[in-house]
Amino acid sequence: MKVSFRVNGKPASVDVAEDMPLLWILRDVLDLKGSKYGCGIGQCGACTVHVKGVATKSCQLPASKLAGADVTTIEGLSPDGSHALQKAWEEHDVPQCGYCQAGQIMAAAALLAKKPKPTDSDIDTAMNGNLCRCGTYLRIKAAIRSASGTTTTDAPSGGRSGQREEAHA
Amino acid sequence: MTTSIRADRREFLRVSAIAGGGLLLGTYIESAGALEALAAAPGAPLAETALGNYISIAADGMVTIVAKNPEIGQGVKNMLPMLIAEELDVEWKNVRIVQGDLDTVKFQGQSAGGSTATPTNWLPMRRVGAAGRAMIVAAAAQTWNVPAGELTTAAGRVHHKASNRSVGYGDLLAKAATMTAPALESVPLKDPKDFTIIGKSTKGVDIPKIVTGKPLFGIDVSVPGMLYAVYHKCPVFAGKVASANLDDIKKIPGVKHAFVVQGTTPTQLAGLVSGVAIVADSWWTANSARKQLKVTWDEGATASQSSASYQAQAEAFSKGTPQRNLRKDGDADSAMSAAGVKMVKGGYFYPFISHAPLEPQNTTAHWKDGKLELWSPSQTPAGGRGLVSRSLGIPETDITLHLTRMGGGFGRRLYNEPMVEAAAIAKQVGAPVKLLWTREDDMHYDQYRAAGWHYFSGAVDASGKLVAWKNHFVGFGDGERFAPSAGMGAGEFPAGFIANYALDVSMIPTGVPTGALRAPGSNGIAFAVQSFIDELAEAAGKDPIQFRLDLLSNTPIAPPAPAAGQQPAPAGLDGARMRGVLEMVREKSGWANRSSLPKGTGMGVGFHYSHRGYFAEVVQATVRKDGEVQVDKVWVAGDIGSVIINPSNAENQAQGCVIDGLSEAFGQEITIQNGRAVQSNYNNHPMLRMNEAPPIEVHWVKSNNAPTGLGEPALPPVVPALTSAIYAATGKRVRTLPISKHDLSWR
Ligand code: FES
Ligand code: FES
Repeated sequence: MKVSFRVNGKPASVDVAEDMPLLWILRDVLDLKGSKYGCGIGQCGACTVHVKGVATKSCQLPASKLAGADVTTIEGLSPDGSHALQKAWEEHDVPQCGYCQAGQIMAAAALLAKKPKPTDSDIDTAMNGNLCRCGTYLRIKAAIRSASGTTTTDAPSGGRSGQREEAHA
Repeated sequence: MTTSIRADRREFLRVSAIAGGGLLLGTYIESAGALEALAAAPGAPLAETALGNYISIAADGMVTIVAKNPEIGQGVKNMLPMLIAEELDVEWKNVRIVQGDLDTVKFQGQSAGGSTATPTNWLPMRRVGAAGRAMIVAAAAQTWNVPAGELTTAAGRVHHKASNRSVGYGDLLAKAATMTAPALESVPLKDPKDFTIIGKSTKGVDIPKIVTGKPLFGIDVSVPGMLYAVYHKCPVFAGKVASANLDDIKKIPGVKHAFVVQGTTPTQLAGLVSGVAIVADSWWTANSARKQLKVTWDEGATASQSSASYQAQAEAFSKGTPQRNLRKDGDADSAMSAAGVKMVKGGYFYPFISHAPLEPQNTTAHWKDGKLELWSPSQTPAGGRGLVSRSLGIPETDITLHLTRMGGGFGRRLYNEPMVEAAAIAKQVGAPVKLLWTREDDMHYDQYRAAGWHYFSGAVDASGKLVAWKNHFVGFGDGERFAPSAGMGAGEFPAGFIANYALDVSMIPTGVPTGALRAPGSNGIAFAVQSFIDELAEAAGKDPIQFRLDLLSNTPIAPPAPAAGQQPAPAGLDGARMRGVLEMVREKSGWANRSSLPKGTGMGVGFHYSHRGYFAEVVQATVRKDGEVQVDKVWVAGDIGSVIINPSNAENQAQGCVIDGLSEAFGQEITIQNGRAVQSNYNNHPMLRMNEAPPIEVHWVKSNNAPTGLGEPALPPVVPALTSAIYAATGKRVRTLPISKHDLSWR
């Protein structure tokens, strides 16, 4: 199908299968490789972009639902890497492998756009869809706090259930 | 995992001038290839391409350093150039870093694994930088006609204090190029107290690209005219394609090729295994075509294996005589039956788990005019090139391999199936092809962390001293040899610290591929051994940390002489260094005050020695009445030598190890049914999320030892520290992982 939408402020038109997710349109059709594939089922957040400013897992958004969408990717977050979060990520030396970080930054940017002074639990809620296999969560959180000028209680807000369903599905 | 280090080839320094007034310094290795390359062009100025570990200094003083080792997130792309820049005595901000391709003629040890990059490069990389500095100083001495000994350097400039002169390196390069290169082995190195880069945090060199979404990773590679491939293998390990509806697949719009690839190494699962390749004009099309793919499989023998059958075999072994003894000191059986001792028994289990690096396996390959070009996220590029060469009959000299940044390694990318698969597909297709596995492929065809069972018995005497220890370890193997990374060594702690000790083993044959997962062996063994030590400490009525300190204070017992033709047991850990980290973590965690913690909250400890690193960790956890566990905080104390080369990265690695270990302990398990992996993605093989990540304090004991690696050894202790904290909180001892299978509710 042919579909037209906007990416990083510019119009884009592609002719792809209607079930092709935005992630693959971005990466393989529009050559925007910043959004990453990690799971394809909405579990990891590596593919996070903004659709009308809302953090969205692009692996879950098919071409058939894309018409007219206003999409921002990591490449379009700022013209030159100068978004407060991008600077904070460098300041805090956040990444290890770096693979998850574009998605992390996009999830955080959507949060700060809506809530410039988030609480710890706001941060946890906004960021919980983004896995970091390398385990850089503490620095991600610190970077979000410093970009937003907030401080923290530094305690985890959630537990790990002794009997979680999904571990044995 | 063992990583052999080539020590048989000496490295030499070569120097030459480069266009624009710059200087090129690099090493070459005294090996057939390098000497040939140099002999082919005698007297010619050396090109960058002939040199390894090279540094080029431009006339403006900017320094470019090649980072030779693959970057998986461990920070080696910073670390090795930091060593060079330190001794060259330039400012870090004036250093640019470029990633080297695979080149076994130019470089030694181009791999990522076993936490080896620090110990093996600590001196060689510094010597390269120091030799460059020595030549620049010699050039200044000649220019000013003063003794080199009167000259000092700092921040890329040479100073002569007596005459108050100074000059930037950039102005000395032409002359430096004419100086004799010093011998690397004897070039003087800085006194560590004068370090200006080593020991100071540097930020990851690729961060600006990472935060702006620039293509960096294997999955991002793009080659003009590139097609996209998926590779569909039998769900049963080592199963083969009997037939497939290839004609139907080829009719799907966008699909360019569909064919069967015959496996070449059916018994060695880290090679080219039989499967169906689908190549299309987009990856989405290729992968979607799998829905219509119908394959008849020859499933093979592994189809009859399952986790349940392994468990039954392990239990049967535990009741019988072990297959073999790996180590025996004193007489554990007699010591356990002596009067007045208290005996404890415990069986422990840890499951298969998957590496699950966030970037799924991939490689881009281009076969053209009899030559193969590869772009691959590989931890062992030289091994991968060899595998491709052997599997496809392409001489290694006809294979070019570019290293890409990797979205995590954790040991998964030590194995190069995606590289050989992509090469096989590209060779048949004759166009550039990017092969990408789905997450499900990645989890179904891993080289898993091997499951293992430890059946312990031990005894403490009336004074609370640990007097006997027996471990019957049941792992995977053929009865003679353990499966890859599935074994246990005769030097493993507490061997050597208990007078009456026995390690017996039995092996279960398996068709499930096993391999090295971050801190291989150790990541399971530490859980079992440290947990059982906790049980013994309790039987002895001792504080778990004090009990460990006492054990580590015993005079080490030398391993028994090896049988003829056998390797001696490796040296065990150094008790004093381990006591150092235990004491530090005891102090930092406030362990002494733990009795004041509320009911349902407890602290646990664990320590482990692996990859030359000493780590002790304390976990404080709270278990709600309904059994929900929250990790409140983790304290890490580590001893990896006299200096922490890049403190920011070191802290990040240690915290990552802790999060990784907690994820493994809480919820990760691959179960096998009918020869297949059951779990498929992050929903059923979970990892910690942000709201579950505890604060993690990292502390270093700086001991008088050369620095060693950090990617792995901080992981193992956190697992038993967590399960012991749960025990302290609830009285429930977790002897089998994952924790999620246990009911931890309490009243
Ligand atoms: S790839 Fe979209 S959530 Fe994982
Ligand atoms: S930095 Fe590696 S997955 Fe987050």
